[in-house]
Amino acid sequence: MKEFLIGKLTLESLPHEWFTIGGSAFFGLLTVALIVLLTVTKRWKWLWKEWLTSVDPKKIGIMYFIVAGFMLIARGGLEALMMWLQQALGASDMPGALGAAHGYLSADHFQQIFTAHGNIMVFFVAMGFIFGLINYIVPLQIGARDLASPFLNTLGFWLYVAGVVMVNMFFFFGGQYAATGWLAVAPLSGTQFSPGVGMDYWIWSLQISGIGTTLGAINFIMTILKMRAPGMTLWKMPAFTWGSLCSMIMAVTVFPLLTATIFLIFFDRYFGTHFFTTTLGGDPMMYTNLIWMWGHPEVYILVLPAYGVFSEIVSTFSRKRLASPISNIIGMIGVALFALSVWLHHFFTMGAGADVNAFFGVMTMIIAIPTTVLVFTWIATMYKGRIRFTTPMLWFLGFIAVFTTGGITGVMLAVPPADFQFHNSLFLVAHFHSNVIGGVLFGVFAGISYWFPKLAGFRLNERIGKYAFWCWMIGFSLSFIPMYIVGLMGATRRLDTYDAATGWQPFYVLMLIGGIIIAVGVALQLVQIIASIIEKRRLRDVTGDPWDGRSLEWATASAPAPYNFTTIPRVTTRDAFWQMKQQGLAKPKYEDILMPKNTASGIYISIFAFLMGFGFVWHITWLAVVSIIGIIVCAITRTFNEHTEMTIPAAEVEKQEAVRLKRLQDEHDSAPGKPAAADMADDMGLREFIKIVAVWAWNVVRNRQWRTWQKR
Amino acid sequence: MADMAEAIESAEISHEAAANDRVMFGFWVYLMTDLLMFAVLFAVYAVLHGNTAGGPGGKELFSQQQALAETLLLLTSSFTCGLGMIAARRGNKSQVLVWFGLTFLLGLAFLGLELREFAEFVREGHTFSANAFMSSFFALVGTHGLHITSGLLWMTITLIYVLKRGLNKHLVRKLALLSLFWHFLDIVWIFIFTIVYLMAFV
Repeated sequence: MKEFLIGKLTLESLPHEWFTIGGSAFFGLLTVALIVLLTVTKRWKWLWKEWLTSVDPKKIGIMYFIVAGFMLIARGGLEALMMWLQQALGASDMPGALGAAHGYLSADHFQQIFTAHGNIMVFFVAMGFIFGLINYIVPLQIGARDLASPFLNTLGFWLYVAGVVMVNMFFFFGGQYAATGWLAVAPLSGTQFSPGVGMDYWIWSLQISGIGTTLGAINFIMTILKMRAPGMTLWKMPAFTWGSLCSMIMAVTVFPLLTATIFLIFFDRYFGTHFFTTTLGGDPMMYTNLIWMWGHPEVYILVLPAYGVFSEIVSTFSRKRLASPISNIIGMIGVALFALSVWLHHFFTMGAGADVNAFFGVMTMIIAIPTTVLVFTWIATMYKGRIRFTTPMLWFLGFIAVFTTGGITGVMLAVPPADFQFHNSLFLVAHFHSNVIGGVLFGVFAGISYWFPKLAGFRLNERIGKYAFWCWMIGFSLSFIPMYIVGLMGATRRLDTYDAATGWQPFYVLMLIGGIIIAVGVALQLVQIIASIIEKRRLRDVTGDPWDGRSLEWATASAPAPYNFTTIPRVTTRDAFWQMKQQGLAKPKYEDILMPKNTASGIYISIFAFLMGFGFVWHITWLAVVSIIGIIVCAITRTFNEHTEMTIPAAEVEKQEAVRLKRLQDEHDSAPGKPAAADMADDMGLREFIKIVAVWAWNVVRNRQWRTWQKR
Repeated sequence: MADMAEAIESAEISHEAAANDRVMFGFWVYLMTDLLMFAVLFAVYAVLHGNTAGGPGGKELFSQQQALAETLLLLTSSFTCGLGMIAARRGNKSQVLVWFGLTFLLGLAFLGLELREFAEFVREGHTFSANAFMSSFFALVGTHGLHITSGLLWMTITLIYVLKRGLNKHLVRKLALLSLFWHFLDIVWIFIFTIVYLMAFV
């Protein structure tokens, strides 16, 4: 009976190691603090109505940023530092007690950390940020008021959140996380070698968020292909939208493979089947093939929108149109196509034979060609341009340096005989971090600092932003250049301890120092956001177009109205907004606007999906079955609801617009005649920031005044 | 005034048509993702179908008559589903109920035959976990059966709504999506019939 009710979940399985107790204390305190804050400020209803149930892609985009940013700092980044610290201390004959301990982490704990780091950074940080950008920017860029299927979009977001919660569940209910590496290779991930629930947490956090990604991607393909403003042909679509389209098409192509593969490994673990086992006919190498058929394209799914971000930024800040936009678009399409046929280069050592290896080696080298085309279009755009070295532009330049290094080492790795040496070495780890940090993460940071005025109504502090960029750049070089070297010296990945005679320790120490500098960079990014909020009146973007931009998102106000555009624009060229500015903007004509209603169905379905996963993790079959029924009932109720849209009458639109224009006019009068980017030299520096915070803290302690800092 | 009413009406019609167009397109994209899941299961079956670990293979287990009967039932149900869709486009409610009701019964019969086959295998000890061949067989054919089950559930509920609300434009669109889904499952079954059942006897 007890086993029926709670499955394998018992008191003994609850957290008892220092790191799980620490984690549950942290998340528990955070939850309590949030609940208290929301109750004291009476914001529950506001949160539910304005944010959680919202179908507005702009709000969903911001929620993606918040969740992904939190996961970056609280989990992924912290884990990176923990690993570097372990490796810096991990030499076998350090003096004193440290030598006997081989660092401060047990081998098993270290394995869980690198597994979780990989999963979280790819699924919950990078994917979250990329989906956030796509949600916020794509509808604005194509001149649409909403999405083709706002419901699928919210459902995708909430399934992503359910995955995030699942990946943190072992802090509360114990067990451990998977210790198998981020792709959980078979047969290591089978019940024989991973009997604990850690692997099941892996299965369900990836499965639930992966299905969310497929649904979100279907929605964005529909939106981009069917809802563009009149006149915007595919070739006139802005680069970021093109990158997003390529990325989303790849997502619907490969995420179903992931879903099917995870189901098979779930069957192996739950029903005792023999897909990837070593007994009764199972085939573990088939798992490796299947998972990399998804896994390799996945990194391109992440980087293609980032390519688009950089195309936008380099053209805006060089004050030129993108050089050879057709080559740029074809380059992105080429990357997307070739990326589907290179997966085997992750395991040349499988022993598939020279012919197979040669094919995949050549395909991998070919992928460098469209990528190089892209890099050249960006460099050619800067040529003879009037370059402004703003923060987004710095991220772009950093990207060119780091990403090209990553690309060149990628071509080295693509040579099968050489790869037998590089395989699973730290050289490989340094290579893909160059691409994922230099490409995706720099792209996300560039995109956020570029579009921040659009989503918040004020731009970010440029001075502190530049400090943050340089910390990232220097920290990155300091941690990953030694990693390339130590990899060539023979260090394999995922080592928690090594012989001191190898002479690797100084390099590991350098990596740790680099990691600390990156952490300072992240802290500065938080400072940058706070400093910008303090100064937000001065940084206010009243024009809606702070950078002198070229594409349609800059034609809206910052922040845009819920319906984005009062009149749907007509597009004649690629740089649609640039053209409109040259010709002068037409006076808006107000019309009835049809908008989707808010819905909580996505949240309910995700809660049930989470409970289903939880039931399967702990073998509580009744909970899983009840949750599946719950999902079906919610889905049916939603799809047969015929009243999902509402009309905003033209008069109402006009009234709202008048209020908004009046407010903009007032702000414009108080800060007359300058685009927000004009006075970047006046942004506060660190010293001033510290002074303001200190004075504020003093005021809080002495005079109990919370709000003094808003006087600026 | 009349002009304006007309303009509003035509705007509404074009909005409705655009929404229909988007939903149909999105559903096609969804079907392609589903097809890719089946592609993985087919590939897994192709790799593992010989790995019986000493147990019986497809030739010993499968019955040709059974597979043929299932195929005929499903193909006929696709035909009646098509007739139902023609009736739906014409707005003929009673014919819709008759043809989709028939489709439902044929689908149910197919599912019954499939479950009987599964039950027989399990009774003889050829279970999901017996060996790699049986695992891949149950995964592939079972996933198709699960899709048929959800199709039947969807059909039941849509028909109940047709009875309650009449054939409005939302429900006609639902029926159109349902029939796409049903034909899609038919095509997948033809591949299962060929690759799983017929190839076992080659």
